[in-house]
Amino acid sequence: MAIWLTENSKVIVQGMTGGEGSKHTARMLRAGTNVVGGVNARKAGQTVTHEGRDLPVFGTVAEAMEQTGADVSVVFVPPKFTKDAVVEAIDAEIPLCVVITEGIPVHDSTWFWKHAVEKGGKTRIIGPNCPGIASPGKSNAGIIPADITSPGRIGLVSKSGTLTYQMMYELRDIGFSTCVGIGGDPVIGTTHIDALEAFQADPETDAIVMIGEIGGDAEERAAAYIEQHVTKPVVGYVAGFTAPEGKTMGHAGAIVSGSSGTAQAKKEALEKVGVRVGKTPSETARLMREIMSA
Amino acid sequence: MDLFEHQAKELFAEYGVPVPTGKIATTPEEARAIAEEFAAAGTSRVVVKAQVKTGGRGKAGGVKVADSPADAEEKARQILGMDIKGHTVHKVLVEEASAIAQEYYFSFLLDRANRTFLSICSVEGGMEIEEVAANNPDAVAQIPISALAGVDRAKAREIAAAGRLPAEALDGAAELIERLWAVFVDEDALLVEVNPLILTQDGRVVALDGKVTLDDNASFRQAEHEALVDKAAADPLEAKAKEKDLNYVKLDGSVGIIGNGAGLVMSTLDVVAYAGEQYGGQRPANFLDIGGGASAEVMANGMEIVLGDPDVKSVFINVFGGITSGDAVANGIVQAVKLLGDRGETVDRPIVVRLDGNNAEEGRRILNEAAIPVIQQVETMDEAARRAAELAAQGA
Repeated sequence: MAIWLTENSKVIVQGMTGGEGSKHTARMLRAGTNVVGGVNARKAGQTVTHEGRDLPVFGTVAEAMEQTGADVSVVFVPPKFTKDAVVEAIDAEIPLCVVITEGIPVHDSTWFWKHAVEKGGKTRIIGPNCPGIASPGKSNAGIIPADITSPGRIGLVSKSGTLTYQMMYELRDIGFSTCVGIGGDPVIGTTHIDALEAFQADPETDAIVMIGEIGGDAEERAAAYIEQHVTKPVVGYVAGFTAPEGKTMGHAGAIVSGSSGTAQAKKEALEKVGVRVGKTPSETARLMREIMSA
Repeated sequence: MDLFEHQAKELFAEYGVPVPTGKIATTPEEARAIAEEFAAAGTSRVVVKAQVKTGGRGKAGGVKVADSPADAEEKARQILGMDIKGHTVHKVLVEEASAIAQEYYFSFLLDRANRTFLSICSVEGGMEIEEVAANNPDAVAQIPISALAGVDRAKAREIAAAGRLPAEALDGAAELIERLWAVFVDEDALLVEVNPLILTQDGRVVALDGKVTLDDNASFRQAEHEALVDKAAADPLEAKAKEKDLNYVKLDGSVGIIGNGAGLVMSTLDVVAYAGEQYGGQRPANFLDIGGGASAEVMANGMEIVLGDPDVKSVFINVFGGITSGDAVANGIVQAVKLLGDRGETVDRPIVVRLDGNNAEEGRRILNEAAIPVIQQVETMDEAARRAAELAAQGA
């Protein structure tokens, strides 16, 4: 079953005709994703061909959904146009909108999040500034390299792209139900808690890896959620123990201010509720391996 | 990007937010000249304020009242060059002294947890708001602000009233808060804070201080923000990295770090610091994320920056081949070493490479065949970190 993205998902790409959109549309098709079309108002009516497949370009998300039955959109448009693209997806009430674009102003992400809430929360937003979501063997929406792992029964949720890949690769023999990269921006549409809730409810997921990093208090809140609602085993990892206060470490959200948001505080919060936290990514993978072989 | 107080106030003034009149001085003599101008205009008392991007200036002695131009010069002499929490004071703001009746607190900021904007307002200002919130939580109003609805005059008044500002300050505060919202939105700010916001003895509401953080992601529509960057303060290596579009942060250790992806690089810093504990406390020398692409040119630029740091005794290149496969990364490293040679740079310190992920075996083979003397390959991240720390200790 996996979470949010399955073999039945029909995917459209907003920004399919751009450089990144084009490259990753081809990659998604190779990974077995059912990409059914793209959206670009200026190129509506045209057809582009990727991996031997002719993909129609629609003028709007609503039109693409109507014509193809698409239920997932992946957004690759540049930061300047991302807010409008996401708002369009929300207005069309597409069930899942995966925002890959990096470098979106916080005022824009805060705006489209509020807009999604006011529209009744019909659209799940993943990202922005995220690698996307992959259900190995089923579908891949975003830029996660699907071929580094295999289908299995571990659920993975992470703020970081390459750490997601690292974990997928280290545990490739055991495999994953779904891997979600939620992104490292200050305002994101899908949180650790959302993913934990979905994995807990997913009959095809037996255990969960949660990767966090410095900044904010999402990991602390996830810990409180785990204590109350998650019965499946959870293994954690937190990056950024050596990050100095007040310096941005690549992700706009990864900045420690004052005493809150430190890696140590997050690790302690998770351990307090019984989550085993690895000191390094490899140790974290080992902890999960122990659980899955028990 | 954080602004200096004087930059924040200049921005406030553009939006019609009342601020005291003031000017910047970088020498005691300039401070005196500014105070003389104020004296000539009938204001003999001025405040000399250290311009540093950190809190707690007052407690550190960085804010002083002066009663004459000569006194202003003396106070500026005391403050300039002072170290406040690791920040050296290079300039002071010389400002007309205000006749303060009451001090309040006000801010707009991002509430990450609730994914909304937030306004904080309190009748108790002038001290750290965290302290007020801890000691007297009822005196601190936190009002969520919808990004869609924004703040009009009525909402602004509601905020001021919730912060328990007295009746005589409400009109002035509401007008000022409405204008600060315009600053917050139109300038793509992540924080606009005024502490204290004051009621003067003649009944005006004025922003006596200003703290503003701007969103770097908005630079595509905020071209004028470039002029606010404090270029003098940037570390020379960080400035050079920025020119080359590299995501680099200078740290204080000896192991140079190059990796792909912010999370993986942050994790690499941690793993190196753990491993370094057994080698006399070797620590990472920098954060450098070369991004997903990892082309030869980007790799060469990255290596040039990292090797340009004399504190670096060894380098750890930690790359996970995802979209860019391991063989491309390996070729990138080989070409980068050659490129650096062509640029006249000597690659003289040991480099530990850990390649994993897509096509990693082919990548390792390429690196082995290239047989570059300074490069050693280690298969796992933990062991590679250990080796890099060990080499740094030997090179120190």
